[in-house]
Amino acid sequence: MERIYIFTRFERFWHWTQAFLVIGMMITGFEIHGTYNLLGFLLAHQVHTFAAWALIVLWVFAIFWHFITGEWRQYIPTMKGVDKVFRHYAWGIFQGEPHPFVVTRGRKHNPMQAQAYLAVKVLINPILWISGLLYLYYNELAGLGQSLDLATIALIHTIGAFMMLAFFIAHVYLITTGHTVTAHLKAMLTGWEGGEGEHNKKG
Amino acid sequence: MKHVLFRRLAQLCPDATRLLAVLLVAGNAFAGAPPSVKMDSTADHGKFKELQKTFSSGPELTKACLTCHTEAAKQVHRTKHWTWDFLNPENQQRLGKKNVINNFCISVPSNLAFCSSCHVGYGWKDASFDFKSEENVDCLACHDTTGSYRKLPGLAGHPPYKDTEIPPGSGKIAKGVDLTKIGQKVGKSSRDTCGACHFFGGGGDGVKHGDMDSSLASPDKDLDVHMDATGLDFTCGTCHKTSSHEVPGSRYTPVGKDKGGAHIRGKEDKSNPATCQSCHGQAPHKDAGLASKLNHHTDKVACQTCHIPAIARGGVATKMTWDWSTAGQLTPEGKPIIKKNDKGQVIYDSKKGDFTLGENVTPEYAWFNGKVTYTLLGDKIDKNEGVTHINKMGGSASDGESLIWPMKVFRGSQPFDSENKTLVTPHTAGNDDTAYWKNFGWEKAIDTGMKASGTPYSGKYDFIKTDMSWPITHMVAPKEKAVGCNECHAKGGRLDKIEGIYIPGRDANSLLNLFGWLAVGGTLAGVLLHGLIRFLRRKH
Ligand code: HEM
Repeated sequence: MERIYIFTRFERFWHWTQAFLVIGMMITGFEIHGTYNLLGFLLAHQVHTFAAWALIVLWVFAIFWHFITGEWRQYIPTMKGVDKVFRHYAWGIFQGEPHPFVVTRGRKHNPMQAQAYLAVKVLINPILWISGLLYLYYNELAGLGQSLDLATIALIHTIGAFMMLAFFIAHVYLITTGHTVTAHLKAMLTGWEGGEGEHNKKG
Repeated sequence: MKHVLFRRLAQLCPDATRLLAVLLVAGNAFAGAPPSVKMDSTADHGKFKELQKTFSSGPELTKACLTCHTEAAKQVHRTKHWTWDFLNPENQQRLGKKNVINNFCISVPSNLAFCSSCHVGYGWKDASFDFKSEENVDCLACHDTTGSYRKLPGLAGHPPYKDTEIPPGSGKIAKGVDLTKIGQKVGKSSRDTCGACHFFGGGGDGVKHGDMDSSLASPDKDLDVHMDATGLDFTCGTCHKTSSHEVPGSRYTPVGKDKGGAHIRGKEDKSNPATCQSCHGQAPHKDAGLASKLNHHTDKVACQTCHIPAIARGGVATKMTWDWSTAGQLTPEGKPIIKKNDKGQVIYDSKKGDFTLGENVTPEYAWFNGKVTYTLLGDKIDKNEGVTHINKMGGSASDGESLIWPMKVFRGSQPFDSENKTLVTPHTAGNDDTAYWKNFGWEKAIDTGMKASGTPYSGKYDFIKTDMSWPITHMVAPKEKAVGCNECHAKGGRLDKIEGIYIPGRDANSLLNLFGWLAVGGTLAGVLLHGLIRFLRRKH
């Protein structure tokens, strides 16, 4: 396998900042939700609100970047090869087979992965983002006569939060399914995928 | 600026500062500065001929007051402080102290000579009292500045004019008041004058309200940010801004939700100047960051709910329960009994029954729109229908008029007419042969009391459980001591029983939680299983 540079500096910065913020938002969000008592409601609320704005700024940058660089095409969904990838995770991986998908600069994510990330971007994020903003500003909305029920806003926001948490768990696990357990992690840290000599016999 | 410096200095080294002050004043005098003058009023009543004589009674002194303050008595005549009578314009209920019944000392009519020690008049001992009399208005109850004016129960609103044994036979001597001295020193009302009655409602210090007791006479900042005697030093009248002797701020028709802004000078504004909003407006929180979220609360939560974390914080306990049904136990010799707890607080008194008391009490909370409905004499009550509400507090999440308010809920048990199914007005205080506190017999006491109230009594009595709600509004703590977010945004928190709103942290949707955690748990189980198989089948 050739060593390729797949994650630019901005992408890595975006990814890790987002990871940090989302983890923080999950921790504080579920505290606000009443699941446990960790920071106390006040601090949880403050961190969550601060992180919300940070995340929004980051997303605005990321969306801008995706369009400027054309990287958004990475996420165009395709069914081509999905069966092979599925078969790999359901069977081949246990046999020690190599991943059927070959990472290239032009296509960084395998088709299943791309679909999952797309779902995060067009479904989970907007659910959280829109309901989160409504949550922040429902009083102002009520002031404008658009009274929305807070319970409903919270319900939708929490649905988004559960989806995010489930995604997060699956995502963290799937990181370990590269050609080595840490290969994907290293790629996102250094930008370089594969090509690290001895680890690479099977590739 | 100069003032602040001076005060600082005075705190640090009082003696030197005093010397400095004397020098400065003297210096100023030489420098042609205006001589010192009484600043809190344009009149020194000590200089008035009308007041420079001896007065044998309160009404005599009042006449002297009225020679200048020609309209004062007529103004007082229009107030609840004088009439003890109030028609609630919203529901046409006839209220006022002389009409309502509570679950403390119960009722006024047959006990007037005692109760009227808190009337702003002289001589109200029975129904024959002349409410038109101007000289019977007691100016001193509110305008004494000496602290030596005192009206005593049993004297029908008069102070003791000479040294008097009170109650008769007790051996306790109350000093006669010096009307001349008091009259020459009259001034504005103060925490002490208002407090002389309002701190002691219900028969003793702090008994009734929980947020008003003698600790507010000279409170520190922790107890009350506004009244803080070394700080803002508000008197009662600073908020209860009186006009023509009419004091705003009513417990019969309170303002549940003040939607107005802060009052502005010169702008016509008929709203109640005693609400928090009348000074602080609708968006009172200013600190950057949290302010907007906190201000979001003001359409649902009364200021008092967060800013009065507990009542009876000044070291004076308030009564929480009062069970009249156990009153009347006597020693084998027929003597009344007083029992005290280890803090020295009376918890049983043969005259009154069992009490419980509390300090630093966390209030209860309820939606409140300012509409109060009383259970009045004659209203049907039923022992089998749970607790009778002496006053029902209106309000709900959805009426648009309510806020969540802190309340002291005072619970008790009191006599009622078990046949006519009405509350009763027992005759408690008096030196006669029917008063309960002297004779310990309910039959005669209720009979006399009901006659005084002019209400039929079947002759059969029993005890009924009652409660009474007191919206809490005094003893505002410094903001650092306000109720924290966690105390409501949690399950089992202060607002646990409040219905009709979604409170984050309290109200998670349980169905959503079930499916949410199933989905998350399923994902976790899935990846763990996958990982386990990978691990077991790994090739070395
Ligand atoms: C990964 C992202 C996020 C997660 C996992 C998350 C999770 C949660 C959860 C579980 C709650 C508790 C809901 C409840 O029980 O009522 C919550 C509350 C809240 N979230 Fe989020 N959230 C995220 C992003 C956002 C964003 C982007 C915003 C704003 C744009 C936002 C704004 C809020 C607000 C305003 C609350 C209400 C609590 C408060 O006042 O502090 N959240 N969040």
